[in-house]
Amino acid sequence: MASLAMPFREGLQRGELRYQACSACGTAQTLARYACRRCGGTQLEWRKSAGRGVVYAVTVVARAPSEDWRALAPYTLALVDLDEGARLMGHAEPGVSIGDRVEATVFEFAGRRLLRFRREP
Amino acid sequence: MRTAYLAGAGNTPFGRLEGRDALDLMAQAAAHALEDAALGRADIDGLLCGYATTLPHLMLSSLFCERFSLAPAYAHSLQLGGATGGAMLMLARELVRAGRCENVLVVAGENRLTGQARDASIQTLAQVGDADFEVPNGATIPAYYALLASRYLHETGLREADLAEFAVLMRANAARHADAHLREPIRREDVLASKPICAPLKLLDCCPISDGAAALVVCAAPRNGSRVALLGAGQGHRHQHLSAIQGTQNYGARDAAQRALAEARLGIGDMDYLAIYDSFTITLAILLEELGFAPRGGSGARARRGDFALDGPLPLNTHGGLLAFGHSGVAGGMAHAVEAYRQLAGRAGERQAGTRRRAFVHADGGVMSAHVSLVLGREG
Repeated sequence: MASLAMPFREGLQRGELRYQACSACGTAQTLARYACRRCGGTQLEWRKSAGRGVVYAVTVVARAPSEDWRALAPYTLALVDLDEGARLMGHAEPGVSIGDRVEATVFEFAGRRLLRFRREP
Repeated sequence: MRTAYLAGAGNTPFGRLEGRDALDLMAQAAAHALEDAALGRADIDGLLCGYATTLPHLMLSSLFCERFSLAPAYAHSLQLGGATGGAMLMLARELVRAGRCENVLVVAGENRLTGQARDASIQTLAQVGDADFEVPNGATIPAYYALLASRYLHETGLREADLAEFAVLMRANAARHADAHLREPIRREDVLASKPICAPLKLLDCCPISDGAAALVVCAAPRNGSRVALLGAGQGHRHQHLSAIQGTQNYGARDAAQRALAEARLGIGDMDYLAIYDSFTITLAILLEELGFAPRGGSGARARRGDFALDGPLPLNTHGGLLAFGHSGVAGGMAHAVEAYRQLAGRAGERQAGTRRRAFVHADGGVMSAHVSLVLGREG
């Protein structure tokens, strides 16, 4: 399925974390956009992230949405502010707290690659 | 421009209503509202309806009009998540003020509990998350709000015990309403000890999934002895997805409130009844604080003091809110406005909080994504 976020999804399949940035002002975008959230510029390019950042928010999901996910529950989800400036949701190592430095890893679940953040060594 | 009045309200019981589909429920609430307003079907020249996840349809408004035997001059449905009811009332007011319509019926209902499996309901709702970045992680609406809560508690010092106050208060309120889904009183300890859903949110921090419907009539003239005007309305839209939220100080609720209050030429301090969206305890706490009805991190303390109780200075969701009256989708969000109307009209029965003159109604859809504020005022 084609979508604005295709480069992000393709990146994950290759183990590469990508984010969108504005060619005009350099602002990193969270999620995928048609125009820059800061200057409105429409030349947005996908860049490679080093995958490191700080935990902005965290939860432990006990009530999973489906049978697939129930096998994994309870699992930790976090919002992470990447050093490059984009914010990203991913799984996380149990016990991570807001403010922790983390780095991204990739794991496979139900035939799909997903992000999992672990504390920086 | 003309003034628009709330002129009648109706609702079905909320809870487990086996064997009734979305249209059945909508028809029942609409019939009650017409009766309350002493209006006939032929008087309705505008119809606005919400959506039903159990009845996806390209033109639900036309379907409802046919079944309910209405032939309005203006009709459509509207989708804005939990803010749909507020947005419909805002639009109904505009239609009346502009002279497009005289009597607009606003209705929503859904068999959200019995019309589908619980997992299906949870997965449908989770799709307000980003399809590429959020949903694939096994995220749910409670997970989005839990993440929001974790940051908000971290920054403001609000505690889980503060959130529990609102679950207790909504149950106490629902106990006085025969149509409420959850009427059993609970204590703060029960909330804190309830099973984890998505930390820091526990089962009793979350609203139930309910069947039910609600309806209101917005008219160019006050009717049936009540004079409750829609004095102001406003919206705020800053993001759709949790990941895209910037900061914890203005999710968009304040934008909507300022626009509505400016239109009504009133301030926060003029309000004496609150009807605030409460999908989770954290939703209610954040909205009360962002709207200015409590200091940052201080909403739980105000609740503990009894300020939001039926006999307090700012009665809040006296029907029990989404947390206890129930959440049947769009109708769940409209039930707050139904109760605000009844309080201002002096028709809330044993829940009547004395004489109430100015109500502030606020609804949010998504994850604090779409906001609608309404200011209601009793004339005379």
